[in-house]
Amino acid sequence: MKWLYNIVEKLRPQFDEGGKFHAFHSLFDGFDTFLFTPNTTSKRLGVQIHDATDSKRTMIIVVLALVPAMLFGMFNIGYQHFLATGELVSGSMTCALFWKAFAFGLLALLPLIIVSYVVGLGIEFTVAQWKHEEIAEGFLVTGFIIPLIVPIDTPLWMVALATAFAVIFAKEIFGGTGYNIFNVALIARAFLFFAYPSKMSGDQVFVRTDGTWGWDGGHSLVDGFSGATPLGQLATATDPTVAITNTVGEPISLLGAMNGLYPGSVGETCVWAILLGACLLLTTGVASWKTMLSVFVGGGLMAFILNCCGIDNAAANTPWYMHLALGGFAFGAVFMATDPVTSARTEVGKWIYGLLIGVMAILVRCFNPGYPEGMMLAILFGNLMAPLIDWCVVQVNIKKRMKRATVKKQ
Amino acid sequence: MALSQKTKETLLGPLSQNNPVIVQILGICSALAVTVQLKPALVMGIAVTIIVAMSNVVISLLRNTIPMRIRIIVQLVVVAALVTLVSEVLKAFAYDVAVQLSVYIGLIITNCILMGRLEAFAMTNKPWDSLLDGLGNGLGYAIILIIVAFFRELLGSGTLLGFQVIPQWCYEHGYMNNGMMMMPAMALILVGCIIWVHRSINK
Repeated sequence: MKWLYNIVEKLRPQFDEGGKFHAFHSLFDGFDTFLFTPNTTSKRLGVQIHDATDSKRTMIIVVLALVPAMLFGMFNIGYQHFLATGELVSGSMTCALFWKAFAFGLLALLPLIIVSYVVGLGIEFTVAQWKHEEIAEGFLVTGFIIPLIVPIDTPLWMVALATAFAVIFAKEIFGGTGYNIFNVALIARAFLFFAYPSKMSGDQVFVRTDGTWGWDGGHSLVDGFSGATPLGQLATATDPTVAITNTVGEPISLLGAMNGLYPGSVGETCVWAILLGACLLLTTGVASWKTMLSVFVGGGLMAFILNCCGIDNAAANTPWYMHLALGGFAFGAVFMATDPVTSARTEVGKWIYGLLIGVMAILVRCFNPGYPEGMMLAILFGNLMAPLIDWCVVQVNIKKRMKRATVKKQ
Repeated sequence: MALSQKTKETLLGPLSQNNPVIVQILGICSALAVTVQLKPALVMGIAVTIIVAMSNVVISLLRNTIPMRIRIIVQLVVVAALVTLVSEVLKAFAYDVAVQLSVYIGLIITNCILMGRLEAFAMTNKPWDSLLDGLGNGLGYAIILIIVAFFRELLGSGTLLGFQVIPQWCYEHGYMNNGMMMMPAMALILVGCIIWVHRSINK
């Protein structure tokens, strides 16, 4: 690390005031603080308490927590592809096929990640330069999440457009990282969902049936193949007791849903990988366990109530534990609902906020066939309500304490 | 025709510096509702311009005879008469556009710009000035409608005034119309963008 430090220090004068590359000082600053802790120390007077965990470290922990879900997503892209072309029969996985599937997924997902980062960071750097501010690090996580919550067949220009829209209209106009009302990655997804609905739902986009970069294209699909996601099947089912299946028609059990070898948005399918990320987020204290738990509790309770009601509707008849394991529920609960900027901040508020999201997600899933997955809309709704929830909690607390603070009568 | 400084201000001020939509934020509702395509927006802009100008003149002529207590009713009657007139003309000569605009032609009566101009200008100014003020405000409204509708129709349907503008080649290579542009939410964002640009130019 010493040599890297020396390089950075050698370059520093060129980026300082009056240096050759002063125009790019925010870029330099961004990379410098990305690599090393800033060398600012507290002043003689004023606050003396420091924490080594600045927002860059926080963001990196979230990115690390997302890595298992991303790696599994890559494998699943290849797995679904080779399942569709018939090269792989489910249950017969060899080592060579495993790596082949993984490589296929890597090649398919990498462009999405690159486009999302280039566009988002480009806008972020430009704005920072323009406003003479430091580069904010919020996009590190957003740029990583966006490719994980879209179908693999989303065209790259759409991802670029949605990312630009989200960064400008959901973040920069509110004042940048930390000031946004809505989760930026979800705004990107919502933009795609409403602008190009045919590319964001249905049974054509979640499994890559064509080749990637000309590799393994032009196969005919195996008999009985269907690219519909489990939630998509539930939303379009006419039979209220329909059994959900994977792409080649085998039924999905709870364990199958946890393992995540079924079509869906890239990073959302495997619950184990998401739980691994959740462990990291909770042990480091980056995400609130209250929010996370209450989303699951809210969703589980709502789905359980609907199960008991006997409604003539496939989604409402799906067991509650399946609802928690399928689709983007776990991903949303762990990585999106817990976003510290857009979630509720009071401790009681976190419970209310989480329950609200869980309940809303299940209600959208069950009662609006136009939206097979309700998690995105539920979290955006939760984001919208979070300030109100916080305000109410604070007001209740003030009232309670005011009552206690009466002056004793003489 | 030489216009004095004040007259010029009355006519041209509302086009940009004092635009009813993007500076006074009036008439937003119809600006969101009728701008999915360029043609209805154009017709709507013209209709509002005519109605504002004419009702301004009428109210200005009557201004000294209208009792203060019932002036709103008098204004409403004048506007309603003109709106009905325009609506009938549209139904007679441009039926398909009248159907597209549907209830929004009738709702011109409740357009804030109209009542605002009548109250704020026509009640206290002479007919000629009132005419210019009405024309200016109507055109200021129409310009914003046309800008919003231009982008919504271009990006949402790939057409302008019903003619395909984005070449078929683009669609064959994966371009798609943006469904979000068809929603009123996006129109609000577009109006916001226009306000953004306008304010950063006229600081």
